[in-house]
Amino acid sequence: MKRKLHELAHARAGDKGDTLTLALFAYRDEDYVLLRNQVTAEAVKRHLGHIVQGAVRRFEVPNLHALQFVCERALDTGVTTSLGLDPHGKTLSYALLEMQIET
Amino acid sequence: MILASQGNLDYLALECLAERTIALAQLRKLADPAGGFDPLLDARMRALLPLALRHGFRIVTNMGAANPLGAGRRVISLARELGLRLKVAVLSGDDVLSLLEPSMRTIEALANGAQVVITGRVADPSLFVAPIAHAFGWRLDDWEKLGRATAIGHLLECAGQVTGGYFAEPGLKDVPNLAQLGFPWCDVDGEGNGVLGKVAGTGGAITLRTAKEQLLYEVTDPGGYITPDVVADFSTVSLRETGPDRVAVSGARGRARTPTYKVSVGYRAGFVGEGEISYAGAKAVERARLGGEIVRERLRDDVADLRIELIGVDSAHRSDFGHPQPPYEVRLRVAARTPTKELAERVGAEVEALWINGPAGGGGVRRFAQERIGVVSLLLERTRVRPKVTLLEEDRETQAA
Repeated sequence: MKRKLHELAHARAGDKGDTLTLALFAYRDEDYVLLRNQVTAEAVKRHLGHIVQGAVRRFEVPNLHALQFVCERALDTGVTTSLGLDPHGKTLSYALLEMQIET
Repeated sequence: MILASQGNLDYLALECLAERTIALAQLRKLADPAGGFDPLLDARMRALLPLALRHGFRIVTNMGAANPLGAGRRVISLARELGLRLKVAVLSGDDVLSLLEPSMRTIEALANGAQVVITGRVADPSLFVAPIAHAFGWRLDDWEKLGRATAIGHLLECAGQVTGGYFAEPGLKDVPNLAQLGFPWCDVDGEGNGVLGKVAGTGGAITLRTAKEQLLYEVTDPGGYITPDVVADFSTVSLRETGPDRVAVSGARGRARTPTYKVSVGYRAGFVGEGEISYAGAKAVERARLGGEIVRERLRDDVADLRIELIGVDSAHRSDFGHPQPPYEVRLRVAARTPTKELAERVGAEVEALWINGPAGGGGVRRFAQERIGVVSLLLERTRVRPKVTLLEEDRETQAA
């Protein structure tokens, strides 16, 4: 069954220059493996490819049951010069949570 | 204010700078060489200085922004107005400087007995690492301890973001009483492990989940979080709920700091012009899209770098991810980067013209045109930066040795 990440996980977005960070946390510790297997760097790049112009790197953070995605060239040149309404990309945690995975 | 008066604090850090705010501060300094420090400095210090002297805590802040010395002098004159005697230490450097060797020099400022330490751009967690290292007399190459203190500083640096701010979602992630959001403190032990908490009765919540989200906030490598003090490793951090609104933080590690500082260089990046207009009811999306096409055509020859989007459909996420229902109302937004103020103004003017010359029922125009300061980051050898500490008292300014 396909489910949105929003049902399984919470997320927080952060910004550094033109780099967007997206931290993804399983609500239930046991779902961490599911996230790790399906929410790969490639899958996130596909899902957010219209926003993230550069590479997506993924860090596994098992001590927090979390995955950290570091997305380059994702903020339209950065917070002070972006044309976006949300130049920090703070709303983008919920763009990640729109992603669907098989459960 | 509740944290300051009821938190039983030893040190209060106010972290007030980011890439966007340092750029704004530089703009204010360009307009007024005596300005460029945080515009809230007066209000914050008027409220906090009497509490600091009454309760015996010391203040560490980067509210100096683009003009730390100006901020320090302002604090001295505010203290005089309030009838208070205190010592202020200002940490500054030269013009290329953007990041100092914060902990070491901030510690020196604290060691000189200052009640208030004012800096410009200092790495956010360092505002917390400095008082912790000073209080316990740590060696500044004790990387493991500095790594642990950096984890705590990083958890505290956004204040309400660890106590339930930037977190709530009704139904799934409920947070009580956000309107009275309590700010965090941390009880730190001599090894650099600590317990996060907030004043009883304040709003918000400190939970495993709020702490996890903040620990990874803006972190581009959880195993190597680089600050001027240390390279901290958060991949070994253990977070544990020890009671209501209490989370114990331990286990971060650290290794030797890098030989460079990160320097943020601001440059004049031209202008951005924006215009917005609302459409509601039948065919709102179609009317708004038509308005956008009109503006695109009107600006085609003069403005290359243009964005047209519908707030309510595809502005924040640049997509609706296949969301099936059109919204009842939308807001057309047009934004463009331009080389001149005049062209930036033109963008909003063309949107405003849609009132009369555009699709039916457009209203609520807002327009903006602003100069932008771009920021690029680069690395600079530490040895080329000379931070300095100035001590300010009632009628005296001295350079610390």
